[in-house]
Amino acid sequence: MTQAHLQFDRVSKQFPGVKALNGVSFEAHAGQVHGLLGENGAGKSTLLKMLGGQLRPDGGRLLLHGQPCNFHAAGDAIAAGIAVIHQELHYVAELSVAENVLLGRLPTRFGLVDHAEAQRRVAAQLAAIGIDLDPAARLGALSIAQRQMVEICKAVMQDAQVIAFDEPTSSLSHRESEILFRLVHRLRAEGRTLIYISHRLEELYALCDSCTILRDGRKVATHALMARVPRERLISEMVGRELTDIYDYRARPAGAMRLQVRELRSQALPQGLSFDVRGGEVLGFFGLVGAGRSELMRLLYGADRRCGGQVLLDGVPVSGAGPAAAIAAGIVLCPEDRKEQGLLTQASVAENINISCRRHGLLAGLFLRHRREAALADDFIQRLRIKTPHRQQEVRLLSGGNQQKVILARWLAEPGLKVLILDEPTRGIDVGAKNEIYRLIHEVAARGCCVIVVSSELPEVLGIADRLIVMRDGRISGELGRAEASDTAALRLALPDPALSHRCRP
Amino acid sequence: MNSSTLTPMPTLQARPWLKEHSMTLGYLLLFLLLSALVENFFSAANIVGLMLSVAQIGMVACTMMLCLASRDFDLSVGSTVAFAGVLGAIILERSGSLGLALGGGLLAGALIGAANGMLIATLRVNALIATLATMLMVRGLAFIVSHGQAVGIASEGFIALGDTSLLGLPLPVWTSAACFLVFGVLLNHTVFGRNTLAIGGNPEAARLAGVRVERLRVWIFALQGLVTALAGLILAARITSGQPNSAQGFELDVISACVLGGVSLQGGRARIFGVLIGVLIMGTLENVMNLLDVDAFYQYLMRGIILLAAVLLDQLKTRGGQHA
Repeated sequence: MTQAHLQFDRVSKQFPGVKALNGVSFEAHAGQVHGLLGENGAGKSTLLKMLGGQLRPDGGRLLLHGQPCNFHAAGDAIAAGIAVIHQELHYVAELSVAENVLLGRLPTRFGLVDHAEAQRRVAAQLAAIGIDLDPAARLGALSIAQRQMVEICKAVMQDAQVIAFDEPTSSLSHRESEILFRLVHRLRAEGRTLIYISHRLEELYALCDSCTILRDGRKVATHALMARVPRERLISEMVGRELTDIYDYRARPAGAMRLQVRELRSQALPQGLSFDVRGGEVLGFFGLVGAGRSELMRLLYGADRRCGGQVLLDGVPVSGAGPAAAIAAGIVLCPEDRKEQGLLTQASVAENINISCRRHGLLAGLFLRHRREAALADDFIQRLRIKTPHRQQEVRLLSGGNQQKVILARWLAEPGLKVLILDEPTRGIDVGAKNEIYRLIHEVAARGCCVIVVSSELPEVLGIADRLIVMRDGRISGELGRAEASDTAALRLALPDPALSHRCRP
Repeated sequence: MNSSTLTPMPTLQARPWLKEHSMTLGYLLLFLLLSALVENFFSAANIVGLMLSVAQIGMVACTMMLCLASRDFDLSVGSTVAFAGVLGAIILERSGSLGLALGGGLLAGALIGAANGMLIATLRVNALIATLATMLMVRGLAFIVSHGQAVGIASEGFIALGDTSLLGLPLPVWTSAACFLVFGVLLNHTVFGRNTLAIGGNPEAARLAGVRVERLRVWIFALQGLVTALAGLILAARITSGQPNSAQGFELDVISACVLGGVSLQGGRARIFGVLIGVLIMGTLENVMNLLDVDAFYQYLMRGIILLAAVLLDQLKTRGGQHA
């Protein structure tokens, strides 16, 4: 065996209260893509932070070409030829692509920035790795996918031989992901060492040569040839137990018509949209990023201003005055962006659970009942198996799956819950927690509530929904019953008309 | 507290306690030190005087706490204090009715506050700019209605507002104490208070959780105006006249006291007890500097230094918590 390019040697890291990494060893070879798999909190991101020089291991070493490295800051890792493409990208929105790529190393002439030279250099590099982008474009005007490309270009220009990706496709559309995959293949062919983190197994199978599976800060296994390992085995290694069908779908009898949406319009969705949901039904919404699914859900919830149309719940019109009015009517939303829109990040788990339902249990209509709220929070922490040391824990310290459960608990605590809308409920959540969330969805539906699930992951919506609505360009492009719903059918409805997309090409 | 299956880490348990009470302990230490070292500091008369000197700041700090906690800002309180005092004095002069004077002053304050709230919450003007504008406008109004002259107060009843003593403490101190009690309960034991913290912590998440954010912000500012007007009327009673140029820089004292008390300018974090300590620190320092006969010019310098030191200390504390 040749000398590994990158080697983690019994690396450990202790955080207050958790052993994030516990003696993890694995190696990655040049010209290969090495996947890192594991549930949230397994230690993948901690590994990447060490690689990027943001964290130092408490124990163990990191070796490059057999030489131990000792990074004190992010700059050291860059100097050693390592680049980490983080989930949250760091850039200056007001500067151009070229300026962002060369930030800190801008070419100058007579002490002034030589923009022409900067753009020439960046344009050459972009062309070399096959990215079609204008180096003069303002970064803030680009899509997330394009910003990611800029980040990758920057890594290549810094001559990074090791490039690590942390869930790069989590906010990309299918087409954008394809471009990213081509780029990853290209970088691999150039002999670079790539580390790739993702929750999407299909993607990992398509990209990775080898992989390492982490669980609770320990290495479970390294597979030198990932393609030979069956999917079920990977999942059970990640979760630590067998998961046969993570969707847990069980057919329920269809109830009476409960939610009727008629010609609902907003500024973002000028074409009126109509659909119905029966009691006890799980309705899936699929579409590409930008198809208008989240906008429709926000509109239904009253978060965005309604321009026209009507929402009827059990035959009674629901006002679009705002979320408070929707909640009072029994319609609730678990928003797409948990951190920005869902959670009161500084507040405790208990506060996040009680924020809405507490209005029903006030003393003299004014004062909070702290003991009752605490009991309710504890009850939900137990029932939904929210992993938190105590109810007073700040919610931002919880893992993504547990944060999502906290938001779910907030709405399950609403006594008048009738319509539960979930926008990308399992984004960035590990398999084990996904399964628990699916079970909760079915439980809520079984109570006779309407459940609407928006997801970009086709297997997920196909797996849990009784019926599927597909959106494209702000319109409903089709509807599929569970029996007729398949990936091809759904994708055909979701993908833009080839005749149209031709024109939209930049 | 809750005994969950997971054993909490000892470091995580001990540290927050010290963190939360560091300011209180610091103040106690300061108080003991000053009592021992500064002549005349630890006497009933001086302590009462100290409390009286911060009574107005204390009252307004209670509502400013809510305002800052909801990630807003209010620069107009100093002008409102002056305007309410002047207006009260004028109404009293013209009508001779104490009730009308107090009612008029309070109503004007509440309206100014509500206007601030609507500018900020409904019309989305930046809070700093909106209240800077109302600060100038209200100060202008105070000068206009009084023609730039102090308006004397002759009514015994009005003067009694600032003069009466109950159980050895002057009425303004009691009013201030009542404010701390009421707003403490409001902050910690009502939906209003919890939602205030929620919209300060993450406004969009709070809105999507069903908080009526706009309405709440208007209410916070209206309350702020009301309490500020009360402070203005009490001040007028104490100085027996409505002075259009009084309470200059008052807003900065109030905000300083809040920040000293650990209220986060980023919103979402506030404790009434902290604010009380902040107000007391402000009062104590001023009092001691007066006792030691420190030149007024140096007092400004000292106040700035203390504020900066407190904020830096707070920064260190929060930065310590960010490593995990």
